[in-house]
Amino acid sequence: MDSLFLIALLTAMLRVATPILFAALGETISEKAGILNLGIEGTMFLAAFTGFWAAKTSGSLELGLFVAILTGAALGLLMAFLTVTLGLSQHVSGLGVTLLGTGLALFLYRLAFTDPTTPPKLNAAFATLAILPAGSLLAPLFNLHLLTYVSILLVPAIWFVLNRTHFGLRLRAVGENPEAADTAGVSVYRTRYLALAVGGALMGAGGAFLSMALLDSFTFGIVAGRGWVAIALVIFGNWNPFRVFIGTLLFAIFQALQLRFQAQGLDLPYWLLIALPYLVTIGALVLAGRNAAAPAAMLKPYRREG
Amino acid sequence: MATETFGTFKQRTARGFRVEREPSAPWVRAAIPFIALLVAFAILSVLLLLTGVNPLQAFYQLLIAPLTDASSAFEVLVKASPILLTGLAVLVAFTGGYFNIGAEGQFLAGAVVTAGLGVALKEGAPLLVIPLILVAGFAAGLLWALLPALLRVYLAVDEVVTTLLLNSVMGLALSGLLTGPWRDVGGWPRTPTISEAIRLPRLLPPSRLRAGILIGIALVLIVWFVLRRTPFGLRLRMVGMNAQAARFVGFNVRRTVLVAALVSGGIAGLAGATEILGLQGRLIAESSPGYGYTGVVVAMLGGLSAPGVLFAALLIALIQSGSLGLSQALGVPQYLGDVAQAVILLSVMACFLLTNYRVRRRSIANG
Amino acid sequence: MQPVVELIDITKQFGALTANAGIDLMLHEGRIHALLGENGAGKSTLSKILYGLYQPTTGTILIDGATVRFASPADAIRAGIGMVTQHFALVPNFTVTENVILGLHEGVLLQRDKARARVRKVAESYGLRIDPDAQVGKLSVGEQQRVEILKALYRDCRVLILDEPTAVLTPRESDALFLELKTLVAQQLAVVFISHKLDEVIAHCDEVTVLRAGRVVAQHAIRDTDAASLAREMVGRDLLMPERAPRAESTGAPVLHLYDLTLRDARGVNLLAGVNLSVNTGEIVGLAGVAGNGQRELADVLSGMQTASAGSYRMNGQDLTHANAQTITRAGVGRIHEDRFKSIIAGMSVAYNLAFEDLARFTRNGVLDQKAIRQNAEALIAEYEIKAQPGSRVGRLSGGNIQKVVLARTLSRQPLLVIAAQPTRGLDVGAIEYVHGKLREARANGAAVLLISEDLDEILKLSDRIAVMSAGRIVGEVAAADATLEQLGMLMGGVVSDGN
Repeated sequence: MDSLFLIALLTAMLRVATPILFAALGETISEKAGILNLGIEGTMFLAAFTGFWAAKTSGSLELGLFVAILTGAALGLLMAFLTVTLGLSQHVSGLGVTLLGTGLALFLYRLAFTDPTTPPKLNAAFATLAILPAGSLLAPLFNLHLLTYVSILLVPAIWFVLNRTHFGLRLRAVGENPEAADTAGVSVYRTRYLALAVGGALMGAGGAFLSMALLDSFTFGIVAGRGWVAIALVIFGNWNPFRVFIGTLLFAIFQALQLRFQAQGLDLPYWLLIALPYLVTIGALVLAGRNAAAPAAMLKPYRREG
Repeated sequence: MATETFGTFKQRTARGFRVEREPSAPWVRAAIPFIALLVAFAILSVLLLLTGVNPLQAFYQLLIAPLTDASSAFEVLVKASPILLTGLAVLVAFTGGYFNIGAEGQFLAGAVVTAGLGVALKEGAPLLVIPLILVAGFAAGLLWALLPALLRVYLAVDEVVTTLLLNSVMGLALSGLLTGPWRDVGGWPRTPTISEAIRLPRLLPPSRLRAGILIGIALVLIVWFVLRRTPFGLRLRMVGMNAQAARFVGFNVRRTVLVAALVSGGIAGLAGATEILGLQGRLIAESSPGYGYTGVVVAMLGGLSAPGVLFAALLIALIQSGSLGLSQALGVPQYLGDVAQAVILLSVMACFLLTNYRVRRRSIANG
Repeated sequence: MQPVVELIDITKQFGALTANAGIDLMLHEGRIHALLGENGAGKSTLSKILYGLYQPTTGTILIDGATVRFASPADAIRAGIGMVTQHFALVPNFTVTENVILGLHEGVLLQRDKARARVRKVAESYGLRIDPDAQVGKLSVGEQQRVEILKALYRDCRVLILDEPTAVLTPRESDALFLELKTLVAQQLAVVFISHKLDEVIAHCDEVTVLRAGRVVAQHAIRDTDAASLAREMVGRDLLMPERAPRAESTGAPVLHLYDLTLRDARGVNLLAGVNLSVNTGEIVGLAGVAGNGQRELADVLSGMQTASAGSYRMNGQDLTHANAQTITRAGVGRIHEDRFKSIIAGMSVAYNLAFEDLARFTRNGVLDQKAIRQNAEALIAEYEIKAQPGSRVGRLSGGNIQKVVLARTLSRQPLLVIAAQPTRGLDVGAIEYVHGKLREARANGAAVLLISEDLDEILKLSDRIAVMSAGRIVGEVAAADATLEQLGMLMGGVVSDGN
């Protein structure tokens, strides 16, 4: 395999991985706090739109990114309200948030851009940031979007916060045994709200990447199931940011390969490769029962007795 | 490991009072969907006002306009057909406390098998072929539901995540088929059209309505009967309400849940079959624009009862139909209908929760 | 010496219920003070008041002579009070160190090495053997309890409250605990030891306060009293012994026969440690004992909710040791669960709840026979005086009426054996009388009745024979007519007298 091809492939892999990585890291945080957030798909979709719209209207990409992150956080807070304050089923709440996010995105999109024939585009998408001087062999691999660099840096950062700070200890306690955390004086409600807001914000960043970096426009198929992939990757990665990162890269490389081969007209059952992470995740779930890594209190609403 | 649909909620008590969980009166439970709808429409009104639209006009378009002439009224039935069946599928599962969110994948499984058989069989005695294909569709949905069901019943693996993951897998398989071996001439991602001879007959031409709706209505009656009038249905309802007590009484909870999960998958598969053999006539990438998930909305809005599901399916179909005319009539995007469905779902859930409690004077607490 | 804690005239009321009334108590450094009493005597309430979980309705708390008010456990912890309950608040996936420092605000970064060192130091200075890096979920129950104690010590507590600490421990772990407590008091801690176990109190505590029905009935230095007196104080009634209907010894044949019935949990701990018991036709055997000594597990095994690990469970010669709930019911066992909400479907009608255990009888041609179900309900409602319609939701009935539904469902099938666990819990006087009447009626009809109850009055009133359960086995049996309160109290307190 020639090295140019490999470099191009790896670059594509990192690009493809970025939105999924943001979503998966965000989901890791909320699951570590004990909430399964199934609203990723809708969150990314709505954030992709609001960010895009803000960027197009104001001319500022940075503003667009900011708005997208806020949108994600807002939907995270909605999820928190439904599951933590109201104590509704996390499953159906997440579905509801996905449906709401999707519906709102479509609705607001048509409201803002009434001409169905010409999809709106940004004047310029986020540019890439070259670290190595152009011309060197590895240059393309280090010529990535800022958000990509950020997402990669977030991996050790999130691991550090979760495992090496008091806040992370409290958050993990809330996800493992909220009664014990409560007894120890940790506010379960506040911690979960925060986890969902931060997680949502990260999902929003992922959405922003889709509409403002990967592409420079917003289309209906922009999320295309990445939200569900993120859920699978968190489980597959055993709720550990580093392993989630590896899983995301594996998935992304398969996707990048698929795109390349399809472009060359090769006839392979790609779908099986792409489906592999889902199937492996189901296997991981079977083992998760015996696996101490799954946050023990996930899926149970917490109510203080008395 | 499945959670309850409605969480437990003990508020910080006002002095002397305590909120406790108690089944509410029958009239309250019947009224919940209506209350939820009112709440949902109130929230939607706020959204509409913010975007400069008159809510009353919008609701007229959504709910009344489609019924003003015969052909659009029939279109409502056309749209109701698939979600009625997926709604019933979800109903059966949820009744037993099994959260089948995989109706989407099970629908597609039935659709795929139907398309395959339908194209392959080309001709044949309709009376023989049609039931055969429908049964095959049911079986396909059932098989696609088998793995998550077994994992839940025997290994306590959460069925929501597994069924969701399998939705994605089936979606990928579908696109793999349509872009690969089942590609149409010219490379389009769709199958050839199934011959009219073995398709579900049209009911009232020129409307697009096909016999699938009759299957749906028949199934409403069957599901209602089984749930309300047979020992299995009673056991299923018991298991869904209080699995511990059901175990104490001596029922085989595992087998009950397993059967419900499989039947649910089968009905969703049947939904896919009726759509392909009926309205759509071929398999395309958008053969299911979220019918499985809409089924969840329909089941919840229907208050988890079979006749309720019928009403809910018609209402959601009405909204979907009405939303198409929104942009023409009012310049409002048709996607208001999607937003409406999501708001309705959340509203129903919240209302179910809040009406499941009553305030009681604080009585003896444990010391 | 000034007491480190003084409780003056503490009263706590929950609505109409008085949990503590006028309690005076003094705790001194370097002493182990026992709080002795039966279930419901008010021991837990008092300790929760001291720990800030409850606020006293009236009364004062003094710490080192100064009045304090604890609005929450955080205040109590700051004042140097620590508590270890039976229900541990530990995160299994965390290490010992992480569990100990959880919730402490010591900056942003987790200084693991510093924390680990400090945990080790505190543990060593109090003689607690624990590995700071061990994962709590893998520790034994005794070690986990040590972590709970460590949590309190790490926060510089001066008063340590232990609520029934030996309830979850094996005898060896209990011995280790008492050694640790000796070290703690040597370091001038004040320890509050809440218990119902007389032998431990006598052997290891310095002083004792006996509570009964929310009041202090006695306070002694241990050297001034003995087990028998404590038993009498703990269990004794100012009132006369409740009247018992004089009954001849039952001459019926044994219906229920349990031989060496054992139940082990996932860790290999014996929840039932070889139960030997038999119940004859036409008699009520009352199983007395303080809660948590295996009664619930025994009821579960007899009902088919759990399967025994060893031993045998026979009814009329039929081996039910490995039978499921359905088989057991069909064999003629009527089961009354201690939590009625776990045996009824609250959201369904009275009629259905009355028909559940026997659905086959109400099914015709695969369809439910609604008429038969309704008629059955009407008949049982009349016979058992249930204040409800066949169509009423069972969950909305009063506790007494719900219990009537349970009784109707169970007793109308003329069971040969009735397992009644806490049948009158939470019921008013009228309902209690009713339930008692029905149990006597079952006995008169020839059933063998096993009454499992934490209410000694009830046991004394109804039983022909009384068996006492402690630590997972039957420690004594007496004919009810011969039973004395001291004897029962001692048996319940785990003091097994020789030759019984």
